[in-house]
Amino acid sequence: MTSILMRATNLTAVYAADSGQDVPAVDNVTLEVPEGQIVGLAGESGCGKTTMGNALAMIANPPLYVVAGTMEIDDEVIDLSTLARGSNEAHRPYRGATVSLLPQGAMNAVSPTLKVKNLVIDVMRAHKRDTTVAEAMDRATDRLKMLEMPTRVLDSYAHQLSGGMKQRMVTVVSTLLNPKLLIADEPTSALDVSSQKALIEMLLAMVEKKIMRGVIFITHDLPVLSMVTDRLAIMYAGKIVENGPTEELVNNARHPYTSALLSSVLDPTEETRTKHVLGIPGSPPNLANPPSGCRFHPRCQFAMDVCKTQEPKFLNEHNHEVACWWANDHAYETVPMEVYKA
Amino acid sequence: MSDKDSLKERPAAGQPVLSATHVTKQFRVAGGHITAVDDVSVDFHAGKVLAVVGESGSGKSTLARMLLRLMPVTSGTISYQGRDVTHIKGAELRGYWRDVQAVFQDPFSSFNQFYTVGQTLRRGMGAQGLEKETLDQLIETCLGYVGLKPGDAVHKYPHQLSGGQRQRVMIARALMMNPKVLLADEATSMLDASLRVSALNVLQDLRENLGLTVLFITHDIGQACYLADEVVVMEHGLIVERGTTDAVIFEPKNDYTKRLLADVPDLKGSLKVSKD
Repeated sequence: MTSILMRATNLTAVYAADSGQDVPAVDNVTLEVPEGQIVGLAGESGCGKTTMGNALAMIANPPLYVVAGTMEIDDEVIDLSTLARGSNEAHRPYRGATVSLLPQGAMNAVSPTLKVKNLVIDVMRAHKRDTTVAEAMDRATDRLKMLEMPTRVLDSYAHQLSGGMKQRMVTVVSTLLNPKLLIADEPTSALDVSSQKALIEMLLAMVEKKIMRGVIFITHDLPVLSMVTDRLAIMYAGKIVENGPTEELVNNARHPYTSALLSSVLDPTEETRTKHVLGIPGSPPNLANPPSGCRFHPRCQFAMDVCKTQEPKFLNEHNHEVACWWANDHAYETVPMEVYKA
Repeated sequence: MSDKDSLKERPAAGQPVLSATHVTKQFRVAGGHITAVDDVSVDFHAGKVLAVVGESGSGKSTLARMLLRLMPVTSGTISYQGRDVTHIKGAELRGYWRDVQAVFQDPFSSFNQFYTVGQTLRRGMGAQGLEKETLDQLIETCLGYVGLKPGDAVHKYPHQLSGGQRQRVMIARALMMNPKVLLADEATSMLDASLRVSALNVLQDLRENLGLTVLFITHDIGQACYLADEVVVMEHGLIVERGTTDAVIFEPKNDYTKRLLADVPDLKGSLKVSKD
């Protein structure tokens, strides 16, 4: 049986609104990353994916506060909460070394006036002040060679690299400290299909070469996730609603939300050409005042009375978890996707 | 073309409404120049959606900017309804811009953060000299076209809208000019799958109900497959393949098109990237 690299338990992260109300963007979520695996986190914009990534990477900054949750990684238990609402410096040693975050749009955050090698030196020295230039260069050169990337990128400025190369470069730099877990937030969203494929191949090679021992891959792009991940977790309105092995979840969606998301994927096929995709009716809820019961019920084609009043508990079917009343009544049945297409 | 003419009838369906003929764009760089668009000729037919697909740097957006007359051509001709508009200026150019509207990738950067949707839409029409009632009616109609509730949307600030709603407001803003051509440059790239579908459905409705000609620029062949009547594939500034959507996507002849299609992540097929 695969051992668990990271287990985040009961994670709750809130945004402190100007009104004084705390808006929970991640609400009592538990997530596991098995050793050597890539776990995908998917959902619509605003469902809490990035907040979850930031909380796990321990970079929650006001107005985001992690109010509860622990991370168990390699037999070490880290309290993720920033309850004191002050400095989260206590988490500093873990950032980059235990958990590294590749944030959204990272490739556009590279200084235009510094060569890539200066970025490498900065990153290394931020964690080990006495790192020499030669040590930093050796580490970066070895890593680039290992991943069959040209070492000339170290002598380039950001604008001299293509978008795809820049994204691969920041991915390599973000893992120079050999983090146990890499959280990659929308790393492929700004790239065209060929650059996406190159990045995915590189990430898989990094896991294979054990540069990091697990990855959380955050994106709304389900086809990319189906290519790269071993497991998928689907988030809706701050909660995980379905979680299971990727192939099983894609072929046997048990939650109507997962099914609706899958039906919205436009791949170049005869079906896309001939069918009218209806999408998901309505909008995600206001998290300051989420719907009662199942949060998806106002948009769900399969909603029943119980969905409006009672929150569904997780049902575990052979390592495939789903929180849905319809799934409760229809054991092992796939949600019929036809309702989302005309 | 007078202002009144531009608000009247649309060109007959199927006729070329906008054309680029032997259009080339070169940019000077140290030690020479690079050719971003190389002798491209393409017609945009009335009431059709034409998708331009290709990788980053293939020249898609440069072609769009030249068609919009936001960037001068190095050589070649842009013609609109049979007239050469390559070098028009002043009132003529403003008239052209009324007829050929654009929606860009990042809707957030197109808004003034201090204006409500209503203010943004009214300001855009400021120079048209419309009565308040007429303008309010127009705003209501255009927001209705894109599936937004006018009474609710006009009072909202950009940050109070989702990405999909912002992009729909941008489409509504373009529609207020009653354009004949709508150019969407990666307009749905920043949206997630469900919002993307709803924005594409809006464009589909506009083509079917208003006979709008749409130039849809994207790197996502799946979106082109869903929306477009015709597809043009660009590589390194050249058009390498063109034809009906069915022909280009299901029977591609060019190697580059085949590679683009092969690189599209496949949701349910065999995993193309080996995890072993």
